Amino acid sequence: MEIVDILLSASFWAAAIRIASPLIFATLGELICERAGVLNLGIEGIMVAGAFAGWMAVYSGTGLWVGVGVAMLVGMLFGLLHSFLTVPFGLSQHVVGLGVTLLATSSTYYAYRLALPEVTSPPKIEAFQPYEIPFLSDIPLFGPALFAQTPFTYLAFVLVFVVALILYRTPLGLAVRAAGENPAAVAAQGLSVTAIRMGAVIVGSGFMAMGGAFLTMSAFDSFFFEMVNGRGWICIALVVFGSWRPGKALLGAILFAAFDALQIRVQQTGFGAEIPYQIFLMMPYILSIVALVVMSRRAEVPAALMVPFNKGER
Amino acid sequence: MGKVEALRLNAITKRFGGLTANDAVSFGVDQGEVVALLGENGAGKTTLMNILFGQYTADSGTVEVFGQALPPGNSRAALDAGVGMVHQHFTLADNLTVQENITLGAEPLFSPRLNRAGARARIAALSEKFHLAVSPDARVGNLSVGERQRVEILKALYRDVRILILDEPTAVLTPQETDALFATLRQATANGLSIIFISHKLHEVMAIADRVVVLRHGKLVGGARTEDTDTQALAAMMMGLEATPPNVAPANPGAALLELEDVSTPDIGSAPGLKSVSLALRAGQIIGLAGVSGNGQAAMADVLGGLRSPATGRIVLGGEVVQRWTPRDAVQSGIARIPEDRHKTGTIADFDLTENAILERYKGVPFSKGGWLNWRKSRGFAEEIIRKYDVRCPGADTPIRLLSGGNMQKLILGRVLEADPQVILANQPVRGLDLGAVNYVHGQLLEARGHGAAVLLISEDLDEIMALSDVIHVIAEGRLSPGFVRGEKTPAELGLWMAGQGFDARIPHAS
Repeated sequence: MEIVDILLSASFWAAAIRIASPLIFATLGELICERAGVLNLGIEGIMVAGAFAGWMAVYSGTGLWVGVGVAMLVGMLFGLLHSFLTVPFGLSQHVVGLGVTLLATSSTYYAYRLALPEVTSPPKIEAFQPYEIPFLSDIPLFGPALFAQTPFTYLAFVLVFVVALILYRTPLGLAVRAAGENPAAVAAQGLSVTAIRMGAVIVGSGFMAMGGAFLTMSAFDSFFFEMVNGRGWICIALVVFGSWRPGKALLGAILFAAFDALQIRVQQTGFGAEIPYQIFLMMPYILSIVALVVMSRRAEVPAALMVPFNKGER
Repeated sequence: MGKVEALRLNAITKRFGGLTANDAVSFGVDQGEVVALLGENGAGKTTLMNILFGQYTADSGTVEVFGQALPPGNSRAALDAGVGMVHQHFTLADNLTVQENITLGAEPLFSPRLNRAGARARIAALSEKFHLAVSPDARVGNLSVGERQRVEILKALYRDVRILILDEPTAVLTPQETDALFATLRQATANGLSIIFISHKLHEVMAIADRVVVLRHGKLVGGARTEDTDTQALAAMMMGLEATPPNVAPANPGAALLELEDVSTPDIGSAPGLKSVSLALRAGQIIGLAGVSGNGQAAMADVLGGLRSPATGRIVLGGEVVQRWTPRDAVQSGIARIPEDRHKTGTIADFDLTENAILERYKGVPFSKGGWLNWRKSRGFAEEIIRKYDVRCPGADTPIRLLSGGNMQKLILGRVLEADPQVILANQPVRGLDLGAVNYVHGQLLEARGHGAAVLLISEDLDEIMALSDVIHVIAEGRLSPGFVRGEKTPAELGLWMAGQGFDARIPHAS
């Protein structure tokens, strides 16, 4: 059976992890925002902006990690805009989020045309190269899949661990979670709900931009229009799928990516040639929807998600 | 022994729009003293405490803690100075554990990790010392109201508060829980804690406080040591007149207006449904439904109000079996509802008083015609309710969330009674209201009875049931006792029924 062969091949899992990496960054970013009580629909646009900013920085001569930092910074700026409008002003998180997505996307294309007015095909950069971790990468199946990725992918996995640690093991994480559950409880302790929520959105947006930058700096080596292609929206679903928990969200991202990697390979099998390829393109999305429906029945939504908090109001 | 003054409020004034909530209020609290802050709903008690705790900023006046002035509008500073507050509406996060709720904000935000073992030991020690038993790993959402309050108090004690503000702490407690709370508070004052106890329950104030200060319409109108005063004097001070409970004349029951015949509904989670319940609501009669909360009262109110359909059995309206029974049918049949939770199901917080006043009847004349709302008539109606029912507010275009609970309830009462209803379903109509408002609501219900309305009074307060009801039924695990006429049973006998004794064993038991 061809599908079994695919599932047992290291290259398949390596591809799945690679496809999952940008999703992991952006899903973590969205998760942080939502844990603090803010839905950030700017994610799609912020990923586009991050993809461009990181790539452009490297193209202009900075190092790769500096490029990642630039992307993160650009994301944080959009996060600042988003949180400024949604937190102290309490504007609709849906409207602001979609507005940030439109603004970030269009201003990115604008910046692209300003920077490269005459170019028909975008230039390539020297992207992150896979780094095989000694010994670990020799493990059969898992080694090549997990430990022969680019350092940018390793960072994604480290971040999952760090975010989980901060959320569950530090006073700061507790305050962030409480801000998403009952902001009045945070305010009653004399902490600033505004500062906590804005901080979460800004940091979260930075992660989203890193997810975008992964596309241009690790998965590919160039910037294309439409390259984010709805990944941001997938990440919003992945947060729900993961019940707002970093570990589960990581599994969700890998699961989705595995479906995606699988459909490409199944298309090339004899069985796949019989069926219109659009069916395969749909597959990861359909399976995600099914998984989402199953998982989210038990999900614990942050109680104050999308509820603005105004001090002194009753 | 020289008394140390723990707290002093100096001429605090606070206005909300056109409403003066606090008018130059000054008083002090000594160390180890319990001061009760007494006043009707809307008298400005909660506002005053929110200023003290830095959640509101006063328009003028200062707060001093142990001689040090507190910066205004800064809860952090109030906490650091040792002021803790247990709000009437708890500030707990349901999805977090007890320990997480207690430690939230207690450690510097950027310390590298939570000291969970240390926090745990400290919570255990405090629980032990003050008899506040809670499990640190329980999810707060799963706790009872009494347990949540213990968490709130622990939260304050955990921060070494020197002054503890309790806003209406007994409003949600059973008598046993209240006794336990008082024991805890006595223990705390013996350790030098000062307490401000906000309440409008006079006997509780007399039981726990050393001294009472009374607020009326935002002004401090008097104060006394509890040993030098009595409940009557306090009530008079609080309300500005001698309070009298309603004088109940014998009922004159007429025809059955709304009946349940052998109605059952399924249980919902742990909340029991009705079990073969038959009940007749008669014109000119108040029926009291007594019982411990969560024994089917919600199902009863929902079925009568059209929110829930019976699985078996019939609803009979004016002698005829009804086929369809939706909330709209109920309202149009002259059934008025005073819902249990005025915030959740009684009003829409961000709507103004006018919109809330016409919520149940906006669809017909006079409030709308041909699909268009008539705002002039609607506003006139709201203003009439405001005037007749003494709803204290800046005006009919105020969002209802800005009103105190008592004033909100007065608007609901007006909305209900002005529709001239045949049947009134009053579910906990006086919960959280002060004595003046309680007597007012009770008086209105009796007056409606006098006009021939059938009233169902659902309450967990047996005194209220016994004072008002012509016939009392007890509900326990969804089963309904026979009706007992006024004076037939003593509170102790009713208590046995409430505990589930005396029911016919053949009626299926909740399983």
